[in-house]
Amino acid sequence: MNPPLILRTSAPLLLWLPIFVSLYVLVRGHNDPGGGFIGGLLAAGGILFFSIARGPDAARRVLRLSPVSWCAIGVLVALASGLPALLAPGQAYLTHLWWFPNVGVTLPLSTALVFDVGVYFTVIGTVSALFLALVELDKSGESA
Amino acid sequence: MALLLVAPILIPLLAAALTALFWHRPEVQRPIGLAASAALLGAALMLLARTSDGAILVTQMGNWAAPFGISIVIDLFSAIMLVITGLMALAVSIYALGPASIERDRAGFQPLFHSLILGVCGSFSTGDIFNLYVWFEVMLIASFGLLVLERTREQLDGGIRYVVLNLIGTTMFLLAVGLLYGLTGTLNFADLARIAPKVENQGALAAVGMLLLVAFGAKAALFPLFNWLPAAYHTASMPVAAIFAALLTKVGVYAIIRVFTLVFAHEAGFFGPVFLAVAVATMVTGVLGAAMHYDIRKILSFHIISQIGYMLVGVALMTPLAIAGSILYIVHHIIVKANLFLLAGAIRQETGSFALKRIGGLWAIKPLLGVMFLIPALSLAGIPPLSGFWGKLVVIRSGLEAEAYWLAGIALAVGVLTLYSMIKIWNEAFWKALPEDGPSPLPWNARERLATYAPIIALGGLTITIGLLTEPFAAISIEAAESLLDRQAYIAAVLGPDAPRLAEIKP
Repeated sequence: MNPPLILRTSAPLLLWLPIFVSLYVLVRGHNDPGGGFIGGLLAAGGILFFSIARGPDAARRVLRLSPVSWCAIGVLVALASGLPALLAPGQAYLTHLWWFPNVGVTLPLSTALVFDVGVYFTVIGTVSALFLALVELDKSGESA
Repeated sequence: MALLLVAPILIPLLAAALTALFWHRPEVQRPIGLAASAALLGAALMLLARTSDGAILVTQMGNWAAPFGISIVIDLFSAIMLVITGLMALAVSIYALGPASIERDRAGFQPLFHSLILGVCGSFSTGDIFNLYVWFEVMLIASFGLLVLERTREQLDGGIRYVVLNLIGTTMFLLAVGLLYGLTGTLNFADLARIAPKVENQGALAAVGMLLLVAFGAKAALFPLFNWLPAAYHTASMPVAAIFAALLTKVGVYAIIRVFTLVFAHEAGFFGPVFLAVAVATMVTGVLGAAMHYDIRKILSFHIISQIGYMLVGVALMTPLAIAGSILYIVHHIIVKANLFLLAGAIRQETGSFALKRIGGLWAIKPLLGVMFLIPALSLAGIPPLSGFWGKLVVIRSGLEAEAYWLAGIALAVGVLTLYSMIKIWNEAFWKALPEDGPSPLPWNARERLATYAPIIALGGLTITIGLLTEPFAAISIEAAESLLDRQAYIAAVLGPDAPRLAEIKP
């Protein structure tokens, strides 16, 4: 069964809109509801729409790297976010640091944000690995 | 210092992430995996050196003070368990380079293996009961992936039983954690130890203890919750079965010892007899199960259950000697049991089968394998001067000192039955003539042979070392046991000398 024409045509919109929203949710999560986990789920939702509309191969091309690699990168980013804390003596791992540089506006930067970005990538990787496996199983079942 | 305390968690996490990044390139994964296992052993040894005088090392993750954040607490018992985990990770990492390694690595063995080690190390390091639950889940997910690595029907069947029974166990755990939080208002072990004796509703607290016992008992394969273990272990590929046999049930035992010496110590009068009954029933059912089987892996799986019984004697009697015996027994058992599973893989490679009825004549063609088998097999049965003898000696002596004579008697009888099953393997695989229609040996090259035998010989050497030089191992076990029974020191180390009354006890 081919997806309907309207779905296929609107696929890019269904992909990018959730991804932009997810980035907003990711950054917003610092002080308000949101964050890496929920943002990652939203972004993975966009990729899921795309894989239904254009097929799992197209979704894999959007991801560029394999879902497992996104997981790994996410874990590495989150792991690295705890390391700057160790530069100061006597600090525990994952003690987060904050900077507020003023470049016209005050930018709230922190290692906690880096940690959240790691979570974001990990969730995208995990969820898309799960649904791509299911979507591909469905396709291979169809052809058999 | 702060980094060293979290190193046993970070090293496997890093290894899992890096090997996942190179998912399709086993030749890159292997050096990463080996290096990570070696680094883990090194970090654990450094921790052991720092805790060997009874010091308790504490770091608060993210600098969130206890009891609000997650405390990582490493005392001597934790450090011993971490060292043995590092040792097993290294031995199995080398062994996994043996036969069928390409297929295994392509199926994702390396990332899953290091995730499993991550869960195990996390469980041994954490000072927070909810965090312990999270590590249990990490372990469960990774172990399910490892169990069904070859995706055969048999493995899926065993794997699903394993996951369902363990999920019931962890759900019990979660329920118990919820109730415990409701009763005490805290999840930090040290804070729990401080507040638990003052809780008014001690009946409800004892019920929580029983729930935790069921949850950890399912993980540790205690009587009557052991059914998942023989159903699953014999289907796994050999390196996986070896690491499972070495570590998974022992995490359950560790959790029992930690929680029942720290949080429920004031209830020892109630839990002691329960533990005694469970320990004896576990010893006896395990060894009887092993006596009736003729598949090497099933015999060994049932023996894990039987041996868990010995490890419980410590928490049942709650004397320093009994707990030291449990710790010594865990260390001995992990080394010996993993070695026996590694040997089972080697026997299969040399003969072509795990079924004792179909193989034979190994002593004539592979005498070295025979000697290597006898070391852990006799040690498991408790023959002097091997490590198992000392483990059993301390356990039985602590039983006699506590005047639990029947316990000592049963422990001795189980030892004899253990010897019977080991002799059964010996007779069938090594002694009797090769059956006419027996299977033929599987082909393997020199490198795979080296990878298989090197860890077997190293672990065998370690068993003899513990047997002949018991003194330092016994001394460190007693030191660890005394530190486990000194709850005030643990509380002071985690919460600081004058702990603020943060959590409120509800009426």
